[in-house]
Amino acid sequence: MTEEYVIIAENLTKKFGNFTAVDHITFSVRKGEIFGFLGANGAGKTTAMRMLCGLSHPSDGKGIVAGYDILHESEKVKQNIGYMSQKFSLYEDLKVWENLRLYGGIYGMKDKEISIKMDAVLRSIDMQSEKNTMVRDLPLGWKQKLAFTVSIFHNPKIVFLDEPTGGVDPITRRRFWEQIYSAAASGITVFVTTHYMDEAEYCDRVSIMVDGKIKALDSPQELRKKYSASGMDEVFQKLAREATRKGD
Amino acid sequence: MRQFIIFVRKEFFHIFRDVRTMLILLGMPVAQMLLFGFAITTEVRNTKVAVFDPSQSMETREIKERFQASEYFSINEEIHDISRINDVFKYGDIGLVLVFSDNFESDMLHGGEASVQLITDGTEPNQASMITGYATNILSQYQREVSGIDGIPFSIIPEIKMLYNPQAESAYNFVPGVMGMILMLICAMMTSIAIVREKENGTMEILLVSPMKPIYIILAKVTPYFALSVVNLITILLLSVFVLGVPVSGSLTLLFGVSLIFIFLALSLGILISNLVSTQVAAMLASGMGLMMPVMLLSGLMFPIESMPQILQWISAIVPARWYIEAVRKIMIQGVEAQYVMREIFILLFMALLLITLSLKKFKTRLS
Repeated sequence: MTEEYVIIAENLTKKFGNFTAVDHITFSVRKGEIFGFLGANGAGKTTAMRMLCGLSHPSDGKGIVAGYDILHESEKVKQNIGYMSQKFSLYEDLKVWENLRLYGGIYGMKDKEISIKMDAVLRSIDMQSEKNTMVRDLPLGWKQKLAFTVSIFHNPKIVFLDEPTGGVDPITRRRFWEQIYSAAASGITVFVTTHYMDEAEYCDRVSIMVDGKIKALDSPQELRKKYSASGMDEVFQKLAREATRKGD
Repeated sequence: MRQFIIFVRKEFFHIFRDVRTMLILLGMPVAQMLLFGFAITTEVRNTKVAVFDPSQSMETREIKERFQASEYFSINEEIHDISRINDVFKYGDIGLVLVFSDNFESDMLHGGEASVQLITDGTEPNQASMITGYATNILSQYQREVSGIDGIPFSIIPEIKMLYNPQAESAYNFVPGVMGMILMLICAMMTSIAIVREKENGTMEILLVSPMKPIYIILAKVTPYFALSVVNLITILLLSVFVLGVPVSGSLTLLFGVSLIFIFLALSLGILISNLVSTQVAAMLASGMGLMMPVMLLSGLMFPIESMPQILQWISAIVPARWYIEAVRKIMIQGVEAQYVMREIFILLFMALLLITLSLKKFKTRLS
């Protein structure tokens, strides 16, 4: 069976002066997969993700995202990915629908397409009645929901989530993961970084980065077996113990 | 292009929904103009006068008495050494020095022409011109009355001299100054804050991940401020012409041309600042302290550049607003042709190109 990979990284490296933030990492992500990208603070996961999104140029190595080279075809890469950061990154002084329209427009969607899709997605996250609410008046959990919706509004092939659940309560987090599952079910590949080890269990496969290198990469079940651990937390503890770098 | 329009529309939402910013943006030019126009012109009363009178004649005594009698003046001091004139301005609160010629009375009675110097403190041109106006009145009244009695035709020639501001730059100075300040403030400060806000809120990252080209993001961000600056420019000119009665003597096209260059320059400066700092507060401080202070103090808005110490004159040469204000002053007040402001235009253009190159370069490096 030939599998379709939507992210391929080969010896991807990023150096800042003498410091190697990301050290020759190689991995690939299948289409429709939920891929967990784990690591302590300072392990290099954000840097790696920024390279894949075209926010930062790799010092060495190669990366293919959605079928395009991240170095030479970054414009095409950008067209095919969605991105959500820890800060939710919505415009607080714009209304819910204005945020959707803005991002839809930036990704080149037509007005008609935007308005049809807008009703559908707002219905799916139960926020139709909030269409005209200013984002600043929404509770945190809703902002998060909306931010995710915005990041996949233009139907990207891959969505990158940078610690998307920071600062929200467990119930909201659980609901958020339901949203992620349904996105994955519709064929969107999810690339997610997280601190929470319970969230790692929800992923199809996880990679664990320590000191800029990928130390382990497999499904949560396999990793637990391999490191004879009862949960991902323990796996992570065992691997992270080898770290020499201080977190930031 | 559609992306660009959508983005610009969003920028306008940001501005229009922030009432305080709106008030600052549109109200400040009006407030500044009215403040400078009306509040700062001070009434001249009881101006202290120092007199240098080598002739000590009846005629000069008569003139002195008339000054003393006037509500505008009081004779405070007789100076006997001409070199003391500088000192009385520096250390006293003298507003006017009368210097009679050596043979005032014989010049007047026999020569038919006598001269008297009126020396004022030119650092306050408004007041200085008012003082000389009142003083000239007294002199000419005296002349009329005396020639009426004696029937001897003669005239007193007042020589007006403004110390520290020899060109006697007009009291209209503040209009170009306010233009320079407002445009600098709105373009540079507001733009830098608006860009840095995106960084602070994390939305900049989302935008950079999007297919929108960074250069478009920047252009879209500055467009509304460009538009607002033009609105402000027009407001200031309308106020200046119709409320304050300061006409535009030169070419309006030329004035707009120079202003557009300056706006472009200030916008580039705003982009540069936004690249250097990462919080809105820092952006505000950088543009407030780094731009406003030099514009206020070194551009000739408040103090004439000619009367600054040499070192400050050199520093003022790198303040863009100085050249802009100078150009506007020439065009607006003196009504000169384009060739006389070429130097200012070239300096502004050069600075603008330098700044935009620098800021775009900086913007790129931050990406990689």
